[in-house]
Amino acid sequence: MNTRIEKRIELKAPLSRVWRALTDHREFGQWFRVKLEGPFVAGQLSQGQITHPGYEHVRWQAVVQKIEPERLFSFTWHPYGIDPQVDYSKETPTLVEFRLQETPTGTVLLLTESGFDKVPAERRAEAFRMNDSGWTQQMKNIESHVAQRQ
Amino acid sequence: MSRSGSDSSVAKRRHHAAVCAALGDETRLSLVTTLSGGEPRSIAQLTGGSKMTRQAITKHLRVLESAGIVHSVRSGRESRFEFDPQPMNELHEYLGRLSAQWDQVLSRLKTLVES
Repeated sequence: MNTRIEKRIELKAPLSRVWRALTDHREFGQWFRVKLEGPFVAGQLSQGQITHPGYEHVRWQAVVQKIEPERLFSFTWHPYGIDPQVDYSKETPTLVEFRLQETPTGTVLLLTESGFDKVPAERRAEAFRMNDSGWTQQMKNIESHVAQRQ
Repeated sequence: MSRSGSDSSVAKRRHHAAVCAALGDETRLSLVTTLSGGEPRSIAQLTGGSKMTRQAITKHLRVLESAGIVHSVRSGRESRFEFDPQPMNELHEYLGRLSAQWDQVLSRLKTLVES
């Protein structure tokens, strides 16, 4: 079962340009809408403040995993970790990976976010709220949630 | 990034993670596919046609049950397992929201590098 998010986007820009936009913390902040406190360093915590309108109270926290020049940039974080009242540090993070490939017309960016199935074993036995509802989505839809868009 | 919504509680996320984990196995996925037809089935029915033992199938059904994907219902002297679509619908919605947010973020990246 594909429970990861995958995106593929073609960019009409040179590989080196895209790499800079991904890994220069100021440029990253422009499109990701976060004001980061310092450069990305592999193995280190990256912190900052979200600048997206309406979410300025939210802290950005991610741990940089890999910086392989012009190939791979990855970090772990907590998706949906936006409630300031909640301590997400004990939650298992998801892995976000940006992979780049040079093409004749520019650069292809492949994004994946994975690890939604990682949950400590003891929690699997937790009782969950149960409701009745119509079976409105086919099994396949879970896989196709990853609308492969350009 | 606007990771917004009413689902920001840890409990919800654990639930999604548990549903993902429960579905991340071929046998369980195949059990879910069978049960999603709507008809509750007994362990004997679910074991028939499979190379797995009744015990192994039961273990997988318990995992699905703890994630809320199936419920066991008594039917006379035996238990039958019934599919509940709710957890998978919620997971689908959750991943759909995250997916849509990535679309927005990546389109801003595109604007930046192509300008």
